[in-house]
Amino acid sequence: MDERTLDAIIARHDAPAGRLLGILGEIQNQEGYVPRETLELLSEKLGVRLSQLYGLATFYSYFTLRPVGDHVITVCMGTACHVKGAVAILEALEGLLGIKSDVTDDGKLSVTTIDRKFTVEIARCFGACSMAPVLRIDGNLYGYATPEDLPVILGEYGWTP
Amino acid sequence: MRIVSAADLEKVSRSGLRKIRPEKPRIAVGLATCGIAVGGMRVYDRIREIIGEQNPDIELARVGCIGYCREEPLVNITIPGKPLVILHRVTPGDAEKIVRAVEKGEVPVEKALCRIPSWDHITGYTQEYGAGFDGIPRYGDVPFFSHQKKVILRNSGLINPEQIDEYIAIGGYAAALKALSGMAPEAIIGEVEKSGLRGRGGAGFPTGLKWRIARNAEGDRKFVICNADEGDPGAYMNRNEMESDPHMVLEGMLIGAYAIGASEGLIYIRAEYPLAIRRLETAIGQAREYGLLGKDIFGTGFSFDIGIATGAGAFVCGESTALVASIEGRTGRPHPRPPRLTDPGGGLFGCPTDLNNVESWCNIPVIISKGSEWYAGIGAKGNSGTKVFSLVGKVDRVGLVEVPLGTSLNTIVFTIGNGGAGNKKVKAVQTGGPSGGCIPARLFDTPVDYESLNRVGSIMGSGGIVVMDEDTDMVDIARYFINFAASESCGKCVPCREGLKHTLLILNKILAKKATKRDLEILTDLTETIVATSLCGLGQTAPNPVLTTLAYFRDEYDALVNP
Repeated sequence: MDERTLDAIIARHDAPAGRLLGILGEIQNQEGYVPRETLELLSEKLGVRLSQLYGLATFYSYFTLRPVGDHVITVCMGTACHVKGAVAILEALEGLLGIKSDVTDDGKLSVTTIDRKFTVEIARCFGACSMAPVLRIDGNLYGYATPEDLPVILGEYGWTP
Repeated sequence: MRIVSAADLEKVSRSGLRKIRPEKPRIAVGLATCGIAVGGMRVYDRIREIIGEQNPDIELARVGCIGYCREEPLVNITIPGKPLVILHRVTPGDAEKIVRAVEKGEVPVEKALCRIPSWDHITGYTQEYGAGFDGIPRYGDVPFFSHQKKVILRNSGLINPEQIDEYIAIGGYAAALKALSGMAPEAIIGEVEKSGLRGRGGAGFPTGLKWRIARNAEGDRKFVICNADEGDPGAYMNRNEMESDPHMVLEGMLIGAYAIGASEGLIYIRAEYPLAIRRLETAIGQAREYGLLGKDIFGTGFSFDIGIATGAGAFVCGESTALVASIEGRTGRPHPRPPRLTDPGGGLFGCPTDLNNVESWCNIPVIISKGSEWYAGIGAKGNSGTKVFSLVGKVDRVGLVEVPLGTSLNTIVFTIGNGGAGNKKVKAVQTGGPSGGCIPARLFDTPVDYESLNRVGSIMGSGGIVVMDEDTDMVDIARYFINFAASESCGKCVPCREGLKHTLLILNKILAKKATKRDLEILTDLTETIVATSLCGLGQTAPNPVLTTLAYFRDEYDALVNP
């Protein structure tokens, strides 16, 4: 993220309430992750310790510090999705993309394919429970998902078997 | 234009009414997050294309969601003098047929879910749509709707959430005008107390009492906060309330701020809800333009404004002290109470702070408009009003269900929800998210109120009801929630941080069929210890899914363990 973009984000969040999370959220939304250089620059500009920013970026599950691929696939792991087969969706994705996800102790999961085309993540809940199980690719929600649907859905994003 | 009087509201109301009930037919597409996800936007675009090509005299609008999620995408048709008709499961392929029918003053009957001849918007306005279309079932005869009572979702799916004029047209901001220009703060607090409204975030603390404490707290600067973090997986009623009717949240906060004496408001909303954030931002902007937020509101000298603070996915931030830490830019770790948020030094930036859930705020305009007596007449004793539940999981009719408190689980799951999806047998429901418990079907005569749910080991929570059927493995469900709570533990206190981790290990062992009866004993001891010794609500309630499944589905555990 270049300095001007960051300055614009900072300027949009001039009120003290919700400021740091708001800025980090916009960085995450724009870049798909929170780059270390941006955190360092932000620390300098706001006069906030880098360790505090790092603490926020690792405490809150919305942020990830690892770069992502061209398309980010987020599988919802909410309760409704869980009882309606979210685990099977995640496993099918792993099979199709040839990756193996390791849900770490902190519950964060972010695995990127070797060609850097796709990143698979999980989310706590999108609040789209009525059409569980749900996944999201680059901001588009797909409801009532089944493992059989996945090749077609992924195909929309340039995936080939 | 600045609104300062009832006459000004009336003027805006007339312009809004022309949008809701125009002189020409209106087609309105339900475009909340779920409607969009199942193709609502494609339906909207296709209809616009057709209307644009042929240019007939038809109005096209966007509305929120009426809550019957299973039947989406939903489209409303308003033909002057006729009932409003809701079409369901609409595809872009239906667009042509819809437009052609509407051109002739008709509706495609085969796509119709129901008709609404008149609608009570509760806050002072009943919309008379008209008569006709007798072949289409009435709204009140549709089984999903017939046992519901829409007080909170009074406007959802019927007005355009991005048009403040439409909100004003159905009586919006009249309660705020009445409160700010005609009622003393004490009188407002008295009304909220008498209404019996209790916190809709799940704990059920009396809202009026909380306001009184916040009002009496020492401090020149005070805050009101709307908790819109909705962290329970399986719950999405707050999302719909904000996406479909954002002004009712703002109006509730405005009235509360005046009663408490706060000049600053904040909505703490999860970043995972971009559409709700956008609609709230739009609503705040429109309210400022009309002078309903800002300085000297209604010319009363009272000033109040609302900002938005985004959360970033931390379940523990539902805990009030963690939520405040998060807004202040710190990690969301709770501290022991007192000091409470309302205490000097305990709230946001050290100022006395009142924190209420989205849905609590939504009730406020109704209480002021209809009076506390009317409101207290809904629901059960000590549990007045309605509550919106997200009825999801393995239930036939999935959606948002608003019922008076005290309605039984039987009514919600079987009468409204039509039981298990695909004719499967319903085994249990899980209420209250990760802090709640699993309630077996044999206890479904339990009335849904704060105390009755506690008695069976669960909690009201924010209103998620996840249905489980005969195929659901209850031990796996317990593990699911413990895994969630263990990952969301902030790590500050040992019982929660270490206890939940070991609970998870034992559950994994049980599911791997490597556990013995002794492990079940340890599981019980451990979870009871976590409940008794954790610092905040997260740890104190996290074992509930284990404790309730152990109590009600012991056989499923026994079948997995070695002697």
